[in-house]
Amino acid sequence: MADATHIDVSYVANLARINLTEEEAELFQGQLNQVLKYVEQLNEPDISNVAPTAHAMPLVNVLRDDIPRASMDQDTAISNAPAARDGQILVPKINDQF
Amino acid sequence: MTELNTKTIAELSDLLEKGKCTSVEIVRDVLAAIDGGDAEIGAYLTIDREAALAQAESADVARAAGRTGPLLGIPLAVKDLLNVKGQPCTCSSKILEGYTAPYDATAIARLRAAGAVFLGRVNMDEFAMGSSTENSAFKTTRNPWNTDCVPGGSSGGSAACVAADEAIASLGSDTGGSIRQPAAFCGCVGLKPTYGMISRYGLTAFASSLDQIGPIAKTVKDAAILLEALAGKDEMDSTSVDIDVPEFGKMLTGDHSLSGMKLGLPKEYFVEGMDPEVEKAVRAAVGHCQDLGAEIVDVSLPHAKYAIAVYYIIATAEASANLARFDGIRYGLRMEGADPIELYGKTRAAGFGPEVKRRIILGTYVLSSGYYDAYYLRAQKVRTLIRNDFVEAFKTCDALLAPVTPTPAYKIGEKMNDPLKMYLDDILTTPVNLAGICGLSVPCGFSGSGLPIGLQILGDSFKEENILKVGHAYEQTTDWHTRHPAK
Repeated sequence: MADATHIDVSYVANLARINLTEEEAELFQGQLNQVLKYVEQLNEPDISNVAPTAHAMPLVNVLRDDIPRASMDQDTAISNAPAARDGQILVPKINDQF
Repeated sequence: MTELNTKTIAELSDLLEKGKCTSVEIVRDVLAAIDGGDAEIGAYLTIDREAALAQAESADVARAAGRTGPLLGIPLAVKDLLNVKGQPCTCSSKILEGYTAPYDATAIARLRAAGAVFLGRVNMDEFAMGSSTENSAFKTTRNPWNTDCVPGGSSGGSAACVAADEAIASLGSDTGGSIRQPAAFCGCVGLKPTYGMISRYGLTAFASSLDQIGPIAKTVKDAAILLEALAGKDEMDSTSVDIDVPEFGKMLTGDHSLSGMKLGLPKEYFVEGMDPEVEKAVRAAVGHCQDLGAEIVDVSLPHAKYAIAVYYIIATAEASANLARFDGIRYGLRMEGADPIELYGKTRAAGFGPEVKRRIILGTYVLSSGYYDAYYLRAQKVRTLIRNDFVEAFKTCDALLAPVTPTPAYKIGEKMNDPLKMYLDDILTTPVNLAGICGLSVPCGFSGSGLPIGLQILGDSFKEENILKVGHAYEQTTDWHTRHPAK
């Protein structure tokens, strides 16, 4: 297992798109180091011949008939959008070319 | 008739059937209880009075026209992460403040079809992350048995409102114990069904391979009635399993014998550091089941001790992916930014509380390049070992008996500064979610200071009838469930 003390909270928070204050980063760094130290015990059991469990109830290829049907209308679908115009959700400019 | 709010679903549906009360009267009594007590308890985030009374009126009209059903006209509270069309669904998070659900979750649609009435939204830990409901962004919910104590969590509002007779029953969700633990802390019955038993469509996802919706009720029979209405395959959730749903509500009768049943006692579930009063109450309950005719055998779940470590890797990993949708674009809070990246970072900083941030960061880390095998894959493999332990135990046992929690409810604020300590309390509930099996929490006593203690009854996948039978027999031959907190 990786060295538990290597979590860089500020770096990971950026990957997760959460801007942390310095106080938060420092607090979480300590708390998550503690949690990662705790999970080191997973090095104990022998897992060499064990398959991973992704879901407790393994179901594969769940299919249904591909028939078009009514769904949520456009107005309803964007009814919770923080900013919308002409049936579309408004977002800030993505790059300077448009 | 007074105080209809103190009655059970089974009792009320009998009274309704006989024309001795109306649904409107029930809803009025429940609303009066909320008005009288919820300022102190703090179970509800919002109450939908007019809609509830209108639904009750419709139920009464339907009944007058000849319609019947055990849930017709019964008012329920809903944990604030299940979508009820037209109501808020904030998950107790600022990031969803102002959100109005545009559709019904399948669980809600099924209860609506059965004629149930929806009272409003009850409090929870933000995005179901927590064990005390203290992680709500909006309010503190108190334990009706001792208002200095937490109600448990994350479905703390769902348990507190039932214990305080502010709802006849409620819906919660259980990812690592979030139904069973608050039910135990508040002296209610809580059922975590088998993974796949109830559609998760419309349940705001926390950890998709672990989440399951379930009822919190006053009796096992009421939980069974709700399960029957909720269960079954749904096209909208590909993980819901196609089974013939048994008539859970009808199978619990006056026969309280447990003879012929073999109940296992997992030795690892009587953990070091367990409160002696909890151990005593649970061991007495085991003896009681023996007196009812059950054969008690010792079993071992040697990998259960790894459950917390596995759980906090898998649950946070799944949460980090699921909560990526809260980005300030399509719904909920938006903090403006010069570009989308800045907008995301500011929105999520302002919208999420500390525990949610911590878990997203941990989940992102364990999934990140270079760490995936060491953490996530390894946790999934140990998850297999935990599951295999249960498979082995259920080869010989019809159900397992255990405590729900190592201690009764604790004081508000006591564990808030130590996340790991709070996590460790989930040691007895998380293995069930990892294995995907079903579990029931039933009141089995009180501590010296008057706080409820819960008995956990575990069953194999889709063997809810076993745990309901044991729970019902135990409950009906004891009087714990008849006690009420002082008003």
